[in-house]
Amino acid sequence: MSTAYQSQLELTFDVAARAPFSTVLKRGSELAIIDLGGNQAVDFLCYDANDTAKRYSAAATIAAQRTIFLTTGSVLRTQEGAPLLTVVADTCGRHDTLGGACSKESNSLRYGQHTRFQHACVENFLSEGAKWGLGKRDLVSNVNWYMNVPVEADGTLGIVDGISAPGLEVRLRAETDVLVLVSNCPQINNPCNGFDPTPVRMVVTAPGSDE
Amino acid sequence: MSTTATTYGARDHARAQAGTVVETMPSIPASTWAAPPPGVAAEALTWAETVAGGGYTHKVLARGTRLRLTDVEGDACAHVLLFNADGPWERLNVADTVKVQWNAYLGEKVALLSDQARVLATIVADSSGRHDALCGTSTVDGNTERYGDGAPQGPSPAGLPLFTLAAAKNGLGPRDLPPSLSFFQGVRVQPEGALEFTGSAGAGKSLDLRIEIPSIVLIANVPHPVDPRPDYTVTNLEVLAWRDEPSTPDSPEWTHSPEAQRAFENTADYLTARGIA
Repeated sequence: MSTAYQSQLELTFDVAARAPFSTVLKRGSELAIIDLGGNQAVDFLCYDANDTAKRYSAAATIAAQRTIFLTTGSVLRTQEGAPLLTVVADTCGRHDTLGGACSKESNSLRYGQHTRFQHACVENFLSEGAKWGLGKRDLVSNVNWYMNVPVEADGTLGIVDGISAPGLEVRLRAETDVLVLVSNCPQINNPCNGFDPTPVRMVVTAPGSDE
Repeated sequence: MSTTATTYGARDHARAQAGTVVETMPSIPASTWAAPPPGVAAEALTWAETVAGGGYTHKVLARGTRLRLTDVEGDACAHVLLFNADGPWERLNVADTVKVQWNAYLGEKVALLSDQARVLATIVADSSGRHDALCGTSTVDGNTERYGDGAPQGPSPAGLPLFTLAAAKNGLGPRDLPPSLSFFQGVRVQPEGALEFTGSAGAGKSLDLRIEIPSIVLIANVPHPVDPRPDYTVTNLEVLAWRDEPSTPDSPEWTHSPEAQRAFENTADYLTARGIA
């Protein structure tokens, strides 16, 4: 690998409000997810790019780190426990592992049947995942960057106002070649994005980069 | 010459084993189970089995089945997955189950929700209260690190390979395995997000599920992944199921929350169209 390649900024891409995004991170690459407008939930799934049957597991990640929140040092793991991504920097400090993605179906339970034709993350995951040969079986509980889901002593949990702000950033290092699938959450019925979806910026840098 | 050196001798040896009774085995037919639950006719039983620690089992259950899991000796841990038997791409969704019902903990009246916003099963009785919806099941690597082995036929099997086998026997593959629930070993979330393992509620505790959509049920009885005990500790799990009635609009579970009510309404809508309501 050349020095020129090593210092290359591979990709910078703004994901519009409500839109999907996907890319493959080479092992050692880093992905920065920047919350441009503040308080935007970024629904996120990841897979071993060389064997997509190996995929993010919220449960394995939670069990391994013994806490439900993600921040610097957290390792996103497959269902077999293998590391996919490590959080190497985080200026927000709290990200969700429990809430999963909104769907047209779950919206019917949470808010009512009138939400059936609103935008939802699962639609993004299905359509973007299809580009990589992934289907519904491949969708599992996902990470929600910047989303705040506390659990009270009696087990009550819910999506509450975010603690993110414009310009905050989470940075992930790929521990193997990783396929990343993103839905920039379109939800307008809860505070995960302040009821107002906004764009986020994806910046991929190659191994050894100064970026 | 040994008695099994000929085909006749080997056949006699094999056939002489018939009728052997051990502690951990299924009763076939289920009606031969020695002690049906009070008020349940033996003939109504459709599944009766004692699953060894480190073992797994699976069954396709009809709508309206009542499924009782019992922690016989106090250290069972029943890892459970559910799939719509008519279309197993619809399956348990743990994130929706906790998020939609606004609670991370499992107990009576909790609906186990599918990704299609329907109720696969309802928790209708629970004398344990020590359950977990967050940590999923154990892995080969994790068990190898903790106990020295995690292979399905080794001394300390992990949950994921057992689920993989149970799924395979129902035509399902690794991509069909989402995060699972576990019953009889508790986990609680501390204020800043850390997990606290609360362990078992003791011997004899049980949990009843009511099956609301014909379901493939996978069960692995293995130690919880955050069980801190150094030894592989898991005891027998009793599994009993019998024909009963599904939830109705008069059931307390149906109206437990507005979210649950809509999930039951979605379920009824699906079953009516499917012709199995």
